[in-house]
Amino acid sequence: MARFFEQNHPYPGRLLIVEGIDGSGKSTQLELLQKWLVNSGFRVFFTEWNSSALVKSTIRRGKKKNLLTPTTFSLLHATDFADRLNHLIIPPLKAGMIVCADRYIYTAFARDVVRGVHPDWVRNLYGFAVRPNVGFYFKVPIDVSIKRILDGRVQLKFHEAGMDLGLSDDPKESFRLFQSRILEQYDRIAEQYHLTVIDATLPIRKQQSQIRDIIRRQLHDYAPAPYLQKEENVYVA
Amino acid sequence: MSPRQAFYGYGLPYTDISELSGKLIVIEGTDGVGRTTQIEQLKRWLEVEGYAVATTGWTQSALMGKAIDAAKSGHTLNINTFSLLYAADFADRLEHEIIPSLRAGFVVLADRYIYTAFARSVIRGADRRWIRKTYGFALEPNSVFYMRLQIEDLIPRVINSQTFHKRYWEDGAGEGMDYYESGMDLRLGEDFYDSFIEYQRRMLKEFDRMTREFGFHVVEAARSFEEVHRELKQGILAVLENEEPEKKPRRD
Repeated sequence: MARFFEQNHPYPGRLLIVEGIDGSGKSTQLELLQKWLVNSGFRVFFTEWNSSALVKSTIRRGKKKNLLTPTTFSLLHATDFADRLNHLIIPPLKAGMIVCADRYIYTAFARDVVRGVHPDWVRNLYGFAVRPNVGFYFKVPIDVSIKRILDGRVQLKFHEAGMDLGLSDDPKESFRLFQSRILEQYDRIAEQYHLTVIDATLPIRKQQSQIRDIIRRQLHDYAPAPYLQKEENVYVA
Repeated sequence: MSPRQAFYGYGLPYTDISELSGKLIVIEGTDGVGRTTQIEQLKRWLEVEGYAVATTGWTQSALMGKAIDAAKSGHTLNINTFSLLYAADFADRLEHEIIPSLRAGFVVLADRYIYTAFARSVIRGADRRWIRKTYGFALEPNSVFYMRLQIEDLIPRVINSQTFHKRYWEDGAGEGMDYYESGMDLRLGEDFYDSFIEYQRRMLKEFDRMTREFGFHVVEAARSFEEVHRELKQGILAVLENEEPEKKPRRD
């Protein structure tokens, strides 16, 4: 089980994931990719890196009372992921669907290490995860990301800006420092896990076209599970 | 084990443990061996001896509250979720109870520790190396006393009218034996009794394995309370007294 992540998953479905800091445009790209996949007749299942009901209230309470340490923060998110993997990711993969995940375990690798846990410890923690078939990393310079974020938002939330790390009293400056450190981690992760790096400063349509080319190749030998094999469902544009 | 405090694995990189002057003493053993009663008496004895004592159990931390109960009642946890939930609970107790107590120079008596988590998770299908690395943030205890009781001695302690009536009627649990302690989530037998026997058999086997791996001090728990108590006292005294000569030069 611990070594599960080191191997290709045994399920008939495919797992596609996108990663990148806030404001990298990854969610927009994943949405466009899904539209194309659905239009091409594939069964698509969407999932995102969000708290499930299981530990949501605990995380909220911990944040409010300032009880969370880097280790408990990390463990609670891993618990949450384990639950989502079990209920929301593995079933569609077993059913042979194309699972599109907005952020995956690399988010935890980057963020938790910046908060102070050991990089190898957090990687072991997620050893039970399903290895993605394709992982895209949307690389963007910090200034571009900050401009995109701040243009669309009035105020940064306390944890979002990494204010708990005490990097700066100014939320904007704290956010910048926090995101720069995350970016540094992402660059390492992308190399270690061979994520496909997409230049997220390119025009949206250009990025999407690169992604579709890669997915088209990836799905070339994809055969949906028998019950999904209706003729109209299988067609690559 | 280690005279000074050390982490078991990767540790807590943001926590300095060089100043922990207290001692961490762990009492392990399956349900029904009498750990809790022994610890109560040991605490009283140590306090009379002049040691400040803190006890910690393997129950809910301030952070987790009723989250574990709520999650368990749904009965939909898989092994990874189950293991990680307990690890989060333990991490909270370690960072907010155990480490501060050790920093203040207390003797911490732990009623079960990470070894219980290892056994429970492995029996439920977790990988041994994975669960050990997951708990790599833990402190290595100064000593682990494993109260060992074979199944034939354990049965009458768990199955007796007093505990059964309390659980079934007074606590309103509607069962005489604990669901998880009987391994009912694994359905190891057709009823609580059969499942309990098989579950405890596997727990004992895992603890025997860990006794070799971690060098537990084995205390045979089938003897009288006083005999077991005497052996625990001797063992603990050895841990506490051995430290004194080493500690003094450090204070200068």
